[in-house]
Amino acid sequence: MQVNTEFKPKIVAFCCNWCSYAGADLAGTNRLNYPADVKIIRVPCSCRVNPMFILRAFQRGADGVIICGCHPGDCHYTTGNYYARRRMTLLFSMLDYLGIEKERTRVEWVSAAEGAKFAQTMNEFVAAVTAMGENKRLEDLRCKK
Amino acid sequence: MQEMMTAKAKELLQNGTVNRVLGWQAGEFVYDITPAVFETAEELDAGFVYNDFCGNNLSKYLIKESRKEGKVLAFLKPCDTYSFNQLLKEHRILRENVYVVGIPCDGKTDGETLKAKGLEGILGCVREGDTLKVDTLYGEKILPLGEALTERCKVCRGKKHMVYDELLGEEGELQGSARFDMVEKLEAMTPDERFAFWRGELSRCIRCNACRNVCPACSCEKCVFDNDASGIANKAAADSFEENMFHIIRAFHVAGRCTDCGECSRVCPQNIPLHLLNRKFIKDINELYGDFQAGEDTESRAPLTNYQMDDVEPGIVYKRGGKG
Repeated sequence: MQVNTEFKPKIVAFCCNWCSYAGADLAGTNRLNYPADVKIIRVPCSCRVNPMFILRAFQRGADGVIICGCHPGDCHYTTGNYYARRRMTLLFSMLDYLGIEKERTRVEWVSAAEGAKFAQTMNEFVAAVTAMGENKRLEDLRCKK
Repeated sequence: MQEMMTAKAKELLQNGTVNRVLGWQAGEFVYDITPAVFETAEELDAGFVYNDFCGNNLSKYLIKESRKEGKVLAFLKPCDTYSFNQLLKEHRILRENVYVVGIPCDGKTDGETLKAKGLEGILGCVREGDTLKVDTLYGEKILPLGEALTERCKVCRGKKHMVYDELLGEEGELQGSARFDMVEKLEAMTPDERFAFWRGELSRCIRCNACRNVCPACSCEKCVFDNDASGIANKAAADSFEENMFHIIRAFHVAGRCTDCGECSRVCPQNIPLHLLNRKFIKDINELYGDFQAGEDTESRAPLTNYQMDDVEPGIVYKRGGKG
């Protein structure tokens, strides 16, 4: 039996219900390919994403976390993504400050009409994380048992 | 100063302005200062102290004290008044139950700082110009103030009180501070060096929660870290990430509200420079969203509960300076 030793990253994508999740849906109906390594978690709004969700994802073995929301100005709840933008900027800057590879985190604005952008973003992000390899700095060793 | 403060406290107790006094008392050792409440003139005479070791920020105690019956007198140093204002803004302190007496401060030292200089059996200390004369069991030792003061006092932002009902002594001025120097030094390192630095520091954490308990900004009635189901409620035996997570989340929760009072680093039994995490957030906020000092006033909106249409995109983190 052959064992697959190729590194496949685990990517968690938080997608807002109103734009990016619909964008992912559009990518699907348009038959656009993006890697199956991306696990989508639907959230009501990008500002629902608690910084702890991101750290928890890393702790439990994610290799990259991407947050997708409506374009600024287009939030279903008017202002949610403006707050998310500030929070994520500060959080990513802090991760970088602690020496954790900043390329493992990303925020992208994807609207419901941008199926192609969704697929392209995911392809690029997965490629970037695959190139970096396994996340070792943020994982919880207990989860490896 | 101590006599002046005791006299003021007695006067206010006597004329009925307040019915108790929040101040400091010495613990087992002279450098082991504890916040305390005094109700009578006799108690003040017996226990009240104000000296170079009184670094404790009393603002957080007012959350509970201001909810008791009658008015409480609180002695606040300039940096404590920022925390006081911040808590007022968050509706945690009942202002009408507090009588704030602003007191001057020319920097504090603490037992840990002196012990790190090799001093043992500390019995007390006196200021002599630019030096601190420390009296110990093994004789006197004179330290320049630059060495004897705590880190936060070396980079003091100013001697001006943000809020008070009455002021003892002269009002001071705001002053320039080099408090971001170390943050900048870290930013200039490579990610690997930074990671090694923080692992070295944070892996010493014993999760005693002292930083959380003393932090005036960490005053939630229910804390996320007290939740056993969170998986980060206490120290795990075989985990290299749990302390990182705790400290990142704690710093994030106080981002935009942290006044940089430095209590977290003061109380840390493992001497982890926790203020460097908070200062990183403060520095980022200043650079990205405009200068902001938490606790400067009680009206302005905190940076994380506010936004501008043209805020920078998170991508800025990837583009800007630093190596790697």
